Amino acid sequence: MSGSTSTPAGAPPVYAVESLVIDLYTPTLSVRAVDGASFHVAPGETLAVVGESGSGKTVMTLGPLGLLPEGVAVDLRGAARADGRDLLTMSAKDLSALRGGYFGVIFQDPISALNPMLKIGPQLARQAELYQGLSPEAARKEAVSLLARSGIPDPEDRFNRYPHELSGGMLQRAMIALALAARPRVLIADEPTTALDATVQAQILSLIRQIQKEDGIAVILITHDIGAVSVLADRVMVLYAGQVAEEGVAVDVLTDPIHPYTRGLLASVPDFRSETAVGTREIPGLPPNQASLEAGCRFVDRCDRARPGCRTRRPELTAVRRGAAARRVACPVVLEEEGIAHG
Amino acid sequence: MADTPAIAASGVKVHFRTAAGLVRAVDGVDLTVPAGAFHGIVGESGCGKTTLARALIGLQPATSGDVRIAGRDRAEWQRTDRLGFARAVQFVFQDPLGSMSRRQTVGQTLEEPLLIHGTGGAAQRRARIAELLDLVALPASVLDRLPRSLSGGQRQRVAIARALALGPQLLIADEPLSALDVSVRAQIVNLFARLRDQLGLTIVIVAHDLAIVREVCSDVTVMYLGRVAEEGATKPLFADPAHPYSQALLSAVPSPDPRIEAVRPRVLLAGDPPSPRNPPPGCRFSTRCPVAEPACRTEEPALRAVTHGGRAACLLADAARHARIAHA
Repeated sequence: MSGSTSTPAGAPPVYAVESLVIDLYTPTLSVRAVDGASFHVAPGETLAVVGESGSGKTVMTLGPLGLLPEGVAVDLRGAARADGRDLLTMSAKDLSALRGGYFGVIFQDPISALNPMLKIGPQLARQAELYQGLSPEAARKEAVSLLARSGIPDPEDRFNRYPHELSGGMLQRAMIALALAARPRVLIADEPTTALDATVQAQILSLIRQIQKEDGIAVILITHDIGAVSVLADRVMVLYAGQVAEEGVAVDVLTDPIHPYTRGLLASVPDFRSETAVGTREIPGLPPNQASLEAGCRFVDRCDRARPGCRTRRPELTAVRRGAAARRVACPVVLEEEGIAHG
Repeated sequence: MADTPAIAASGVKVHFRTAAGLVRAVDGVDLTVPAGAFHGIVGESGCGKTTLARALIGLQPATSGDVRIAGRDRAEWQRTDRLGFARAVQFVFQDPLGSMSRRQTVGQTLEEPLLIHGTGGAAQRRARIAELLDLVALPASVLDRLPRSLSGGQRQRVAIARALALGPQLLIADEPLSALDVSVRAQIVNLFARLRDQLGLTIVIVAHDLAIVREVCSDVTVMYLGRVAEEGATKPLFADPAHPYSQALLSAVPSPDPRIEAVRPRVLLAGDPPSPRNPPPGCRFSTRCPVAEPACRTEEPALRAVTHGGRAACLLADAARHARIAHA
């Protein structure tokens, strides 16, 4: 875990989480949704949090901000810092203010983020007034310019449109504009392209990349889409059933994965540009039922490298020497069998 | 048998009358699927791929057109021998949960088609169900469970097993992968490929995941706004797409390898696909096409032979050359 709060660029992180544990309770079951995760993201950097449904990627990233599933009791432990403050001990009111201004969040479903009863432009202007302290006239101008920046043609006209009058791709852009209206330091994109068509996905990914370059904000991309990670991410963190399997620089992890789950996940993603078509390989079995987990590695039942000890021994995230940059892997078996040196 | 295509459709149109006007969801599609093929239909939302798939087997009444399945007129077949048609042709829905009764166990779900078609006694049905579970690689322990208690991948396997119960020749699956996680998606794709080989099935799959179509489908149809933009054998078509829309669609799919992604030229189309309520005149892609010429906006292109051996509906493409919107 050494050096986990510094970044390649050397800038201090704008959002950092240490040893986060999140337990979710419903009347009938309790689930450890996040089992000791640490991450950080610096200005100008994109961190991709990759995992399948139920891996805890959304809860881990948004949970410390108080954005949690409804109707569930939650126990959050560990540390989460942003803007020099501790998010886990902050009052609900302060957290809400920080969430609106410091963090911008874009969701998979833009309709749920935009108020259907209000025109698009005034929603943006209100955000800008509230968080940038602009006058109503200046906020209106800012809203139009945000729409234009988000790639919405004819922004003056769209300013006066209701959400239902926009197409899916345009709504996604409007939501990005809304998230930017408060001039956030961290943009969290939760499956931003999942519901979109391929050609529109490409547009949205390119827009996020461009915004990040221009504003130098930190981006956290929560996704299961390896293609999106490949386009946007500087660093990537792979989650499996609430545990961090592997973390490192995106190009290293995606081209030379070490953890058996990362390897299996990447092998199951076909690349039609690769000439060596090996067929789509699959990971056998299913993700575990998180309500009935034991102490050890949660991937053990699907892992081709599993040993008896994996079931009981909790895999520690270990820094390794591989590739140019820092990498952490939570699989002592692979490290030992392949002679990968600890770093 | 080998010469009779599994599907031969011509001039299929499906138009919907809505309050906002006529929606031309499918607007004149010809489609031939040879027996034993694994055929992919791809395109973006609103291109009509699902409506076409449903119209092929009569789940969606067509406005006009002619569909022959295994050489027989589909409408006639369904009218005169509904059960026989159901034995020959099966459909797998996008949402397996929505296509099953929530109160029926997996065992009951799989037994139902066998009961309706009067296939054997109780012992034979049990044997067939065991065979089906084996085909889709599910343990016998799922038989007593309700669909809700299964994972997405398991549910999709149950839906496929049910579709296979009566031993169909043709299986049409609408987006069977989109609700599944990446690692499970690969399992289902491999299952389809195995079933085709083992059972000699013809499979038509509607999909938007192009990389998966490239992996498993022998042939592919690319649709845009209710029409076929391009069709052909999958690998040559993906290697050298002739239609600018196919080129853009393929270009939009990111490579999982960031080293390729960092240097790959990308083509970003402007805007969203237009509404099928109001398709543009001429080539339907002309409003977003980076290489469109004036003629493209007035003349509707017909499908013609192109370099990869298939056909494309582009005025700028023929058997010798085609337009390119990006470097290969």
